[in-house]
Amino acid sequence: MMLSGDEDEEKWLAEGIAGVQHNAFYMHRALDSNNLREALKYSAQMLSELRTSKLSPHKYYELYMRAFDELRKLEMFFKDESRHGVLIIDLYELVQHAGNILPRLYLLCTVGSVYIKSKEAPAKEVLKDLVEMCRGVQHPIRGLFLRSYLAQVSRDKLPDIGSEYERDAETVMDAVEFVLQNFTEMNKLWVRMQHQGPGRVREKREKERNELRDLVGKNLHVLSQIEGVDLEMYKENVLPRVLEQVVNCKDELAQYYLMDCIIQVFPDEYHLQTLETLLGACPQLQPTVDIKTVLSRLMDRLSNYAVSSADVLPEFLQVEAFAKLSNAIGKVIDAQVDMPIVGAISLYVSLLTFTLRVHPDRLDYVDQVLGACVKKLSSAPKLEDSRATKQVVALLSAPLDKYNDIVTALTLSNYPRVMDHLDDGTNKVMAMVIIQSIMKNSTCISTAEKVEVLFELIKGLIKDLDGAAQDELDEEDFKEEQNSVARLIHMLYNDDSEEMLKIICTVRKHIMTGGPKRLPFTVPPLVFSALRLVRQLQNQDGDVAGEEEPATPKKIFQLLNQTIETLLSVPSPEMALRLYLQCAEAANDCDLEPVAYEFFTQAFMLYEEEIADSKAQVTAIHLIIGTLQRISVFGVENRDTLTHKATGYSARLLKKPDQCRAVYACSHLFWVDDQDGIKDGERVLLCLKRALRIANAAQQMANVARGSSGPVVLFVEILNKYLYFFEKGNTQITASAIQSLIELITSEMQSESTTLDPAANAFFASTKRYIEFQKKKGGAMGEKYDPINV
Amino acid sequence: MVLVLALGDLHIPHRAADLPAKFKSMLVPGKIQHIVCTGNLCIKEVHDYLKIICPDLHIIRGEYDEETRYPETKTLTIGQFKLGLCHGHQVIPWGDLDSLAMLQRQLDVDILVTGHTHQFTAYKHEGGVVINPGSATGAFSSITYDVNPSFVLMDIDGLRVVVYVYELIDGEVKVDKIDFKKTSTCHSAH
Repeated sequence: MMLSGDEDEEKWLAEGIAGVQHNAFYMHRALDSNNLREALKYSAQMLSELRTSKLSPHKYYELYMRAFDELRKLEMFFKDESRHGVLIIDLYELVQHAGNILPRLYLLCTVGSVYIKSKEAPAKEVLKDLVEMCRGVQHPIRGLFLRSYLAQVSRDKLPDIGSEYERDAETVMDAVEFVLQNFTEMNKLWVRMQHQGPGRVREKREKERNELRDLVGKNLHVLSQIEGVDLEMYKENVLPRVLEQVVNCKDELAQYYLMDCIIQVFPDEYHLQTLETLLGACPQLQPTVDIKTVLSRLMDRLSNYAVSSADVLPEFLQVEAFAKLSNAIGKVIDAQVDMPIVGAISLYVSLLTFTLRVHPDRLDYVDQVLGACVKKLSSAPKLEDSRATKQVVALLSAPLDKYNDIVTALTLSNYPRVMDHLDDGTNKVMAMVIIQSIMKNSTCISTAEKVEVLFELIKGLIKDLDGAAQDELDEEDFKEEQNSVARLIHMLYNDDSEEMLKIICTVRKHIMTGGPKRLPFTVPPLVFSALRLVRQLQNQDGDVAGEEEPATPKKIFQLLNQTIETLLSVPSPEMALRLYLQCAEAANDCDLEPVAYEFFTQAFMLYEEEIADSKAQVTAIHLIIGTLQRISVFGVENRDTLTHKATGYSARLLKKPDQCRAVYACSHLFWVDDQDGIKDGERVLLCLKRALRIANAAQQMANVARGSSGPVVLFVEILNKYLYFFEKGNTQITASAIQSLIELITSEMQSESTTLDPAANAFFASTKRYIEFQKKKGGAMGEKYDPINV
Repeated sequence: MVLVLALGDLHIPHRAADLPAKFKSMLVPGKIQHIVCTGNLCIKEVHDYLKIICPDLHIIRGEYDEETRYPETKTLTIGQFKLGLCHGHQVIPWGDLDSLAMLQRQLDVDILVTGHTHQFTAYKHEGGVVINPGSATGAFSSITYDVNPSFVLMDIDGLRVVVYVYELIDGEVKVDKIDFKKTSTCHSAH
């Protein structure tokens, strides 16, 4: 039976570990008996196990760690010169006699570490020697681990500033030199690893290589820990040397990892001061390197640094961080021709995030980033990649989230240009995001100019876009969108009436392009916005003299008339009728009789021609009567015409009870309880009598149709109206008329044919109680009620 | 103790963008047992919003409501009180107390809640109360100038109802309180 690869490896590892343990056992025995020769022999045999080529990096690491632990014990033994009685320098020579190169170099590194510690030789010399000798192992995995061992044992023995190994002749430069050399060699081994073994296992090998990356990166970490590496040295020596290696190795995996490593291990301040060098390397990397992630992390770090303290901000300005980043991103995008558009856009998102965090006051920077993005997008009219689209939405949302104020975004000239590249669906989504941002922050858009820009941004919601496929829109979504636009209109506001009129005209211009589907949503808020302006003007004394075309109520009413008219083609007659009536009342308040009359005429025409539904008619007629009742501007003639019409419509409603109620409501058209209000008691009575006749007719119809009398509730309602005018002092309404009405109702209720109606009974009972209540009240009212008996 | 929220005439989106933020932060779910709404919401989004505050929602129809199935009037009994609801555009002259009193007699209720005028009012009338919670958004009105956003909270406890009116004046919420006690010789206790 064949063993699978994994099982093979397990077996080999177990064998290796057994070999290490076996030899370690004898090594310990030799150490215990201070037998140097034996100790060296068995340690070399133990280390020979590391010569295997059969293990994957992961398993090799396990084996290495076993050997590493044993080597620590050997090192302790070497340190204690008294035990083995040999000078370190001799020991250094001695271990070089080991037969195989790998065990020899491990032993040499171990002794070398003790040698430096003993200070019998300059650290610089020993390190140089070791790092050179390690060249002898060129097998990638074995070499990487050997050098990793070297880095590990030497890291606390570098001639760093302030360290005990620093001497006149040895400077921190030597330490840096050593680490850089080890780093370079390791990186070469690491890169070379990909050329080992058959081509078909490439993927597996790259995975294995990836597992080894931290061995290489460790050197950069050591570099960053060297005290003596100050900004100057980093700038002049360390970074250029590291980058040289990174660029020259031409390996995608290594370049990505090492760039990221540089960014993560060295301090922010160093990055800021060496931006040009660091960024300069980016376009030189392999075209497939995921440079956008690297740059995003760099920008993340830098922006965190910027917000960490206000003191560092001048540094950013001094080194022109934004310009450099922006420039580098441009170059990277140009250099990596195959970079998908989503990559480019996400780079701009990162740059924008950086800008918003570091330079929130520099809107020109923000606009510049958007501009660069437009340039990148301009290759196609619409963006089709959904992931890139997501990034564009993120790009456009970022300024909104940052400033919490759309007004700021409105000043960005490239903002709408970026939006133009979104597909229609996403464009609408973005438009909704903009509106929601305005709502959430209660942002007031206060000039016509800004309103114009805003409508340009949200035009996807305002009208059907050119060439847009008229696919089946989701009704709910459409309603939600249009209601959002309607809400938005209330956020467009200025206290100055001239500017407000301009805003209204701008809004009107745009919403008129919306077509019949949108107008019912957008016209009402515009009308009320204009009516608010009328109300404001009405409170001002006179017009501002000298200005051309000042905002006047008259002018606004003309605009309103034309605006509401558009609802007729929708058709949306019920809404139009309501809006005409609102305008009529506003015109009344402005003392503009002809205007008010015109609006009423429009409302009546709509009622006659467009409103057919009987229920809609009932509501409409009540609104007409209610409005007309409040209007005081009409002269006798106009008033008569309109009240006559209203009463006529009332009496022609379909259902008798509706007729009856509308007609008695009309009585109020002849009796307005103000000081100067019309008080035509006779016509009030005519209305009430007419209502009674209709109630009677309703009663008779019910008799014929159902063989039972209709509900008497209409009579009770009319009785209450009698009481109302009776109390108001209408002399036409007499106590005796009321008395006979009460008797009529009482007998109706007792009549056998009357349908039992508890609600009417209760109503009548409470009406009678009310009469009692008024009688008992005493005074003038009590006296007035005195003749009435219940 | 039962809390009843009365509000109406929001006129969203025709006349107002939304409820004032201060009101929204006060009207949280779980505190109110009933909502009585005088209509003119005017759209479903507002209906849904109210439903979240309290699922027991009673709405009658305003002349701008897109939902045409709301009734014109409605009565309901909460504790010892009988409540009547009507938007009020049907009662002419609009906002006229004597005419509203007639409706109160017709519906035979202790508390009549109406809207339409956008003006908060609360009258004790013939042993009952007539309340208009005003406009919760402070919407434009042809009837009332300078409308302040307002709503009403009724705390019904036995035969007593305390009417709290919340009004947003210059960005500050002002609260007023009206106490009303139903007499035991109550007529609606048939």
